[in-house]
Amino acid sequence: MTVTKAEALDWLRKMSLIRRFEERAEEAYGQGKIGGFLHLYIGEEAIAVGAMAALRPDDDVLTHYRDHGYVLARGIDPKRVMAELYGKATGLSKGKGGSMHMADAKHHLWGGYAIVGGHIPLATGMALANQYLDLPRIVACFFGEGATNIGTFYAGLNMAAVWKLPLVAIVENNRYGMGTAFERVSAVSAVYQKACVFNIPAVQIDGNDVLAVRDAVRDMAERSRAGGGPQLIEAMTYRFRGHSMGDPQRYRSKEEVEAAKARDPILLWRRSILENRLATEAELQAIADEADAEADAAVRFAEESPAPGPAELCRDVLIPEQESDVPEDLS
Amino acid sequence: MATMTLVQAIHDALGEEMERDPRIVLLGEDIGKNGGVFRATEGLWERFGAERVIDTPLAEAGIVGMAIGMALDGLRPVAEIQFADFIYPAFDQIVSELAKFRYRSAGQFTAPVVIRAPSGGGIKGGHYHSQSPEAYFIHTAGLNVVMPSTPADAKGLLASAMRDPDPVIFLEPKALYRTAKGEVPDAGSAVPLGKARIVRKGSDVTVVTYGATVRVAEEAAAQAEGEGTAVEVIDLRTLWPMDIEAVIGSVEKTGRAVVLHEAPRTCGFGAELAALIQEKAFLHLKAPVARVTGFDTPFPYALEKLYLPDARRTRNAIAAALSF
Repeated sequence: MTVTKAEALDWLRKMSLIRRFEERAEEAYGQGKIGGFLHLYIGEEAIAVGAMAALRPDDDVLTHYRDHGYVLARGIDPKRVMAELYGKATGLSKGKGGSMHMADAKHHLWGGYAIVGGHIPLATGMALANQYLDLPRIVACFFGEGATNIGTFYAGLNMAAVWKLPLVAIVENNRYGMGTAFERVSAVSAVYQKACVFNIPAVQIDGNDVLAVRDAVRDMAERSRAGGGPQLIEAMTYRFRGHSMGDPQRYRSKEEVEAAKARDPILLWRRSILENRLATEAELQAIADEADAEADAAVRFAEESPAPGPAELCRDVLIPEQESDVPEDLS
Repeated sequence: MATMTLVQAIHDALGEEMERDPRIVLLGEDIGKNGGVFRATEGLWERFGAERVIDTPLAEAGIVGMAIGMALDGLRPVAEIQFADFIYPAFDQIVSELAKFRYRSAGQFTAPVVIRAPSGGGIKGGHYHSQSPEAYFIHTAGLNVVMPSTPADAKGLLASAMRDPDPVIFLEPKALYRTAKGEVPDAGSAVPLGKARIVRKGSDVTVVTYGATVRVAEEAAAQAEGEGTAVEVIDLRTLWPMDIEAVIGSVEKTGRAVVLHEAPRTCGFGAELAALIQEKAFLHLKAPVARVTGFDTPFPYALEKLYLPDARRTRNAIAAALSF
């Protein structure tokens, strides 16, 4: 294993935190405390955690809308993430974004984007800015396999390839675009093969193996940082939950889902740690307990936080002094 | 002061601001080596290099998306969309992404992108090279929308747009590129966004307009003057956020308003202007707010002159308001 004990435990801690955090979010959603849509990342945690472990803190990150995992793996306070899910004033964006639109400029995390593929050319632009400003940053752009049939995928990666921009595109292939199996709607269903139209390097990896993800992202990121132009990684994975809450999942069988759970990225990594004698059962249990406690604390913080006041409605806009019939308070 | 055309004023503004701020980078189709379809960027590629005047592929969603990313990471991109009609492939990027950052991030960051696009008819371009899309963008919260009608304003407003912290859709009336000539102040004189210009003063009726129809309003006003009617003409210059005080102040004085634009009538910006005027100056009004606009048709080729508002239609609306 090319990994230290500290790294191994840190990744397990982060994956466990994401898992516990989302399970708590799932409960809160069921209780009506979180509104709108909730897309869970459960089963895919190794990609966010492995990738963030490979990136530098000032590398720019853009993600798709299934974004809680990236935000937490980036080291952003789970309390503020949960508060954003709850739509509270203490949330990352004061409750103005919600689940799919997490952003924290201080951590160079520029957002979850919920127009599929919409953020790919943004990543190209950020990479161009970094190259122009002669900064050693790269851009990591995460999107699902479903985004690779949309125009912005081609527009964005083509330009990145033309100008050899420092960009790593990480395609999270969980095999279904909402309720449609990818091979049913994509002429080429191995996404890494699509990189040939941009003439850029591409690899396909096991996205449930956190170490494989870390290594691939590190290699591709450093190659890109050194002037090698854009790179593409296809990380194969599977989401254990529905597309979003309330998905009846008619497009796949229970057997298929159960079989996939045998390759749960957290179980795999836990087993690997034990097999390599990097930690004891007791140490791993302590990590699991810690993740539980942190997720619980995030829920408590969100529950106890105030809702944004009505005045927040017309803040952070071009014309703040809008005439309106917004009441002074909502009580 | 120098006398120049509107397109030369645009060119000057780009060059001067690029000298002033190294973060400004231009991007678009054919703008570099080729100097731009309307020559707005002629010579800038040679002067500032291919890194700052970027020839892009034909991919509007890519151009605007890339400009957004550049802005998020500290540059001041100015994207040219070759014709405003070509902006629709990028509409999603503008509406879903560009307009949203200040709000969705609760003020953490904005995307200071300027999108320049030649707009409007008058060149027999037919339905893909003549449209006026301003209402779509005014309707989208988070965007400044600007349309100059004189060289001085084109230069001064574009300079302000490039210094603004929020996105600006900068629509350039292509019919005026070479037909509008005028004196332009020397370097550094920006015209603030959000301020209208009183083109001529009058006490009987107010014509509110912008872009290529400003000269139509002036022509109609000059004709009306011969008949003893004093028309006040307001050029909004910045369509959004608009200078509501200038409009309401004028209508309170004249009691009559005609709104005039090239874009189609239904849900056009004139509809919003009419609504605002009746909300804020109802008791001053002596006649209904009249609209003189393009028609609710695709932009025509052969019948372009009939489609575009002219002095005759504007005078008819003025006369109707006076005799109501």
